[in-house]
Amino acid sequence: MASEQIPLSIQDLTVAWSRKPVIWDVEFDVTPGQLVGIIGPNGAGKSTLLKAVMDLVPKASGRIEVFGRTWRQSRHRVGYVPQRESVDWDFPVSVLDVVTMGLYGKIGWFRPVLRRHRELAMRALERVGIGEYAGRQISQLSGGQQQRTFLARALVQEADLYLMDEPFSAVDAATEQAIVGLLRDMRAAGKTALVIHHDLHTVQEYFDSVVLLNMRVVAQGPTAAVFTRENLERTYGGRLTLLDEATEAMRRRERNL
Amino acid sequence: MSTSRLRAIRTLTALLFASIFLCGCGAAAADAAAESTMSRVLWLRDYNTRVVILGATLLGTGAGFVGCFTLLRRRALIGDALSHATLPGVGLAFLLAPLLGFDGKALPVLLFGAAASGGLGVAAILTIRALPRLKEDAALGIVLSVFFGAGVAILSIAQQLESGHMAGLESFIYGRTALMTAGDARLITWAGLIATATLLLFYRELTLLCFDEGFAAARGYPVGLLDVVLMAVVMLITIAGLQAVGLVLMIALLVIPAAAARFWTNQLHRMVMISALIGSLSGLFGAAISGVFPDLPSGAVIVLVCAGLFFLSLMFGGARGVLVRVLRRRGLRHAIDREHLLRGIYELRESDLRIQTDDFRPAAACLAELHELRTWSRRQLQQQIRRCESEGLVWRRADGGIELTERGLIEAERLVHNHRLWELYLMTHADVAASRVDRQADAVEHVLEPELIARLEQLLEQERGRRVIPQSPHAKEQV
Repeated sequence: MASEQIPLSIQDLTVAWSRKPVIWDVEFDVTPGQLVGIIGPNGAGKSTLLKAVMDLVPKASGRIEVFGRTWRQSRHRVGYVPQRESVDWDFPVSVLDVVTMGLYGKIGWFRPVLRRHRELAMRALERVGIGEYAGRQISQLSGGQQQRTFLARALVQEADLYLMDEPFSAVDAATEQAIVGLLRDMRAAGKTALVIHHDLHTVQEYFDSVVLLNMRVVAQGPTAAVFTRENLERTYGGRLTLLDEATEAMRRRERNL
Repeated sequence: MSTSRLRAIRTLTALLFASIFLCGCGAAAADAAAESTMSRVLWLRDYNTRVVILGATLLGTGAGFVGCFTLLRRRALIGDALSHATLPGVGLAFLLAPLLGFDGKALPVLLFGAAASGGLGVAAILTIRALPRLKEDAALGIVLSVFFGAGVAILSIAQQLESGHMAGLESFIYGRTALMTAGDARLITWAGLIATATLLLFYRELTLLCFDEGFAAARGYPVGLLDVVLMAVVMLITIAGLQAVGLVLMIALLVIPAAAARFWTNQLHRMVMISALIGSLSGLFGAAISGVFPDLPSGAVIVLVCAGLFFLSLMFGGARGVLVRVLRRRGLRHAIDREHLLRGIYELRESDLRIQTDDFRPAAACLAELHELRTWSRRQLQQQIRRCESEGLVWRRADGGIELTERGLIEAERLVHNHRLWELYLMTHADVAASRVDRQADAVEHVLEPELIARLEQLLEQERGRRVIPQSPHAKEQV
């Protein structure tokens, strides 16, 4: 496959804070038009992986290609849904304002937000099913509605690759269903989504392929082949915790020196 | 809580502000006849007074504006460290300028020194914060105290060298508008204008930065650069405010108006305008009052005016003020009691009448029965009945029975219907319901889709048998 068709290609990626590595030698390609789940225990480096892709954390080594080009060149084709907890939901803006933020890149610096932009934002809100909340202040939203707001903000970008950091965490069942429906619509439209996911029960139902991550990639490929009990045990338990303890001990020693 | 009531509160508060303002002006005007300085200040007779007051007002506007962003960025205290860090620069500029052939007492020279050491202070904060295992509060504490200490030491040296020239320098610590010249005030005016213009230019980008830094960075915004722009504006305002407010109290003008504005609104553009207004009023009155009493440090006066406005906002703020919140809670309690009463009367009699008639009308309920229904006290119940009576929803019969009026019946039917639809929805859609049940909504129709309501209505139809209004899905213990 030509490299510009591959939405995301990660080679030899290592991210480290001082001596403690966060992710090691991560390598995988994302197949276009798929919903890809990133699965792994807490502290496995899932969010860091997404942030490294977006150049938000410094890489110790590795190369990342988005649609065959550098992140900087392709960033307009990527939509990002951060963790819901990452922002202050008491911030004095309305739901529509937040969604419009997804359009700032298109609007450009020093230009006003036009009605056309607000209409686009409104349509995205209706797509995620909370059109009637457009004028509300964001602190009045429930957790699921907050998540939908973030999704709408990513949707207005009309990106080709979406990176989502735990969109399913602590949302109600209706929101979960709505998000799954949206992801499937996106896939039908030929888009690709890389989704950090926690709930092991729904992995097989939601994702075409998975990346099992615990500091390094334990296994990666089509869900049916890779999402096995054995691989899960290798991801969540066993020898990798030993490795973790070893680095922790090293760090402690370093601090005491 | 009705919206009209809220609007009334807002109007009242606005009137309150206006009257305080007018009283202040009126009282001052009365004194002015006697006191000549006062009248000169108040009627802006002097050109000097005029520009100083204008300068302080614009300074307050700019500070209120930029304060919103630093507060929302949770960087409010950097302004404090920055202003304290300017002191050594002022002292050094005073000492070194003559060696370079400048006038050590000229304001631009002193402010240049202040800006240089303030910038150094911010750089020091950023460096310390980047060190492992040191957090921002440590960085702020270290920089603030060390720079201020150094500044005090340098000033005392300067004082020993040329004691006669020192009076001007101390005004930077507590602020003294009385010593300002028209030229100084013009400098402040320009700083305020430039700060405001910069913020307007970057308004959207700064909003995004403050709300969601990670998203901004992912979208390719130069987050670091935007922070520098914000810090530069804070610096500009702080430096400009040194003479009028003083470096110790400058932080007040950067934080208090923005914090006060938060009580009035939930929208950023309004918050910014209100904050700028509170800032400018503080500057205006502060400078005017300290013009009348030249011995009073203007910084202290400005801060006290600012604090007064903050207190008013805290109490009467239209969006989150204490008064509004108390009233809103009371309104909610009344609305719930009212619904309980109307539904209570309706449901008490409804179960007796199992025949369908077109003019189904529940008979009167007696007080004891209603009292049994809920956990309300007898007094609460009586009050609620009186309120409903005055609204024309119920009436008291001679024998003490409480009966629904025509309007009361319609309202009760609506409430009962709404209530039961919600209950059914909760029971049949337990998996998704929790996030959507909105008992505050006037009607279930405002929240749920028409198709869903149609299905629920159908369900109710099946359950209700021959009755006009669907039976409560609860087991009815009171029957």
